[in-house]
Amino acid sequence: MTLLRFRDDAAHEEPQVTLDAFLSQPEATAVRLESGEDARALLPYLDRLQLIEIAIPKFRDGRGYSAAAILREAGYTGELRAQGDVLLDQVVFLRRCGFDALSSEAPLDEAAVAEALHRFPGVYQKAIDDRRPVWALRHG
Amino acid sequence: MYRYDEYDQAMVDARVAEFRDQVERRLSGAMSEDQFKPLRLMNGLYLQLHAYMLRVAIPYGTLDGRQMRMLASIARDYDRGYGHFTTRQNLQFNWIKLADTPDILAKLATVEMHAIQTSGNCIRNISSDQFAGAAADEVADPRPYAELLRQWSTFHPEFSLLPRKFKIAVIGADEDRAALKLHDIGLKLVKNEAGELGFEVYAGGGQGRTPMVAPLIREFIAATEFVSYLEACLRVYNRYGRRDNMYKARIKILIHEIGADEYRAQVEEEFQHVKTLGLDPPAAELERIAAMFALPPLDAGAPADIDRSDPDFALWLDAQVVPHKVSGHSIVTISLKPSGGIPGDASADQIDLMADLAERYSHDELRITHAQNVVLPHVRNADLYAVWQALDEAGLGAANLDLLGDIIACPGLDYCALANARSIPLAQKLSERFDAARQRDIGELKLKISGCINACGHHHAGHIGILGVDRKGEENYQLSFGGSGAEDASVGRIIGPGFSEDGVVDAVEKAIETYRGLREEGERFLDTYRRVGPEPFKAAIYA
Repeated sequence: MTLLRFRDDAAHEEPQVTLDAFLSQPEATAVRLESGEDARALLPYLDRLQLIEIAIPKFRDGRGYSAAAILREAGYTGELRAQGDVLLDQVVFLRRCGFDALSSEAPLDEAAVAEALHRFPGVYQKAIDDRRPVWALRHG
Repeated sequence: MYRYDEYDQAMVDARVAEFRDQVERRLSGAMSEDQFKPLRLMNGLYLQLHAYMLRVAIPYGTLDGRQMRMLASIARDYDRGYGHFTTRQNLQFNWIKLADTPDILAKLATVEMHAIQTSGNCIRNISSDQFAGAAADEVADPRPYAELLRQWSTFHPEFSLLPRKFKIAVIGADEDRAALKLHDIGLKLVKNEAGELGFEVYAGGGQGRTPMVAPLIREFIAATEFVSYLEACLRVYNRYGRRDNMYKARIKILIHEIGADEYRAQVEEEFQHVKTLGLDPPAAELERIAAMFALPPLDAGAPADIDRSDPDFALWLDAQVVPHKVSGHSIVTISLKPSGGIPGDASADQIDLMADLAERYSHDELRITHAQNVVLPHVRNADLYAVWQALDEAGLGAANLDLLGDIIACPGLDYCALANARSIPLAQKLSERFDAARQRDIGELKLKISGCINACGHHHAGHIGILGVDRKGEENYQLSFGGSGAEDASVGRIIGPGFSEDGVVDAVEKAIETYRGLREEGERFLDTYRRVGPEPFKAAIYA
């Protein structure tokens, strides 16, 4: 198991509660979304949340990418952690959808992740990260 | 034609470097096949029955002579001297060695080509009308929009791990030459009452196990917002699409289950939000791309007359050539369906020859069609005879476009690890059973063969469709009638119990004789079948 964080603040220590538990006691500050749970249920509470963990049960299951994008687009600024079958070959996609912490079941080599994140010189579309798509670079 | 700039080239070059590294790790044993599989699939590399198959993307089916020549050169150097054009307007090499693939991709990158997203559960190569930009009946050339979508969908972070593969087609004409409504999303360029360009959006079509014709989900989305709208369409699908059963994971199943109205409403709600995010490229980007698709300089004063005195040439002309929107010019479809041949295959020499002809006679442009043929889109009428002579000499002179011999067939059990039955030998037998004169008499007849339920040979959309199945260890062929992939899209219906390989050829012949007996003036096989229904055909076949 590896936890890679791309944030400067200290890791959040409180345990994450389930979405159901959170909705009945929304004073919690950390929550875990299972794949297939509706991220929009959290939108009224984003101000007080400090950690949202999104399960990636299998790397092929891409639902968490949309969940992450929805939370970031709604203004969430706390830690957004992908947890589970998090593999090297998806780290660019995960980061671009707004995840800023990666918690993988299998070991994830930090140097290899850094290399993967810098391999592609450009991006073709606007996403959650601040990279400018090539159409923006082409037209200043 | 689209030309890469420094940004496009850098992306493709980085991809080659990444894949070279991955292949090296696989060959050294540092990576297992399990770990490697999703990576090679994202680069169009499949492990088939006998070898690796590499699928090269030909975006919206458009390429030039230099690119075509590179395909020939790869066929010669790394394959067995031929390539196979596919129903997604791509090209497959069937006999590839894993260790060679990084070099092949590097060579492709030198001519602005790649194999990105030609497989995997992502947005696949965008397909289009093979007559785009040359046809008289289009609102606008759809390819600039297809290129915008190619870029938007390439390495899209949110949509690279969809529930299943996702196929988008874009057309600009009323006549549907791209099987629009059998796509996950079909976009048809239209103008609204104010004269603005936009799209009709169809969603949830497809073939496979559960064939569906896509319903219209939006009558008009402005071209300036269509990237945002697609983002909303994909996001709704990605969030709700099933992951538990790969056969139920396509968007057509979602839309069928929740209904087109509910899907439309959810997309609309998502779109209201997504369109505030600034995802659509600026008008200047569309203009930059569109300028590269400008019509080549064609002389509208060129003589329109064609000397038809050579009867074989006249037959080819009537079958393979349609008028261009500029007077004195024509659009030529080269048939890759010689009698007894393998549909969609071309030898390296033939590929080179088509490149030569494109450079000399068609402003250096070629198109691949979803029916596995090749188009020279801008040929002067005065050059048609020379083009035909060169094609005929190279074994590319078949005159059977949209006739029985113009069969779409998947690679089938001769190559494919998923297939239950062979498709190619059946296509060969059928094309040999009906000679050219007989095919002309029968008229338009779209015959499509798939070697398994995945329907890569589009059998559901065949006026006559044939599906190969495995019945107790024997190859068995089911026959269906009444499908169409055109603007009158429909899914064919199975006529009855299946047949052996020879039996299905006989059954097709009986069905065609039934049609010939029943047809009224001007009716195609499909029209007669739709008018009279299956009974007379059933009676003749199972008598």
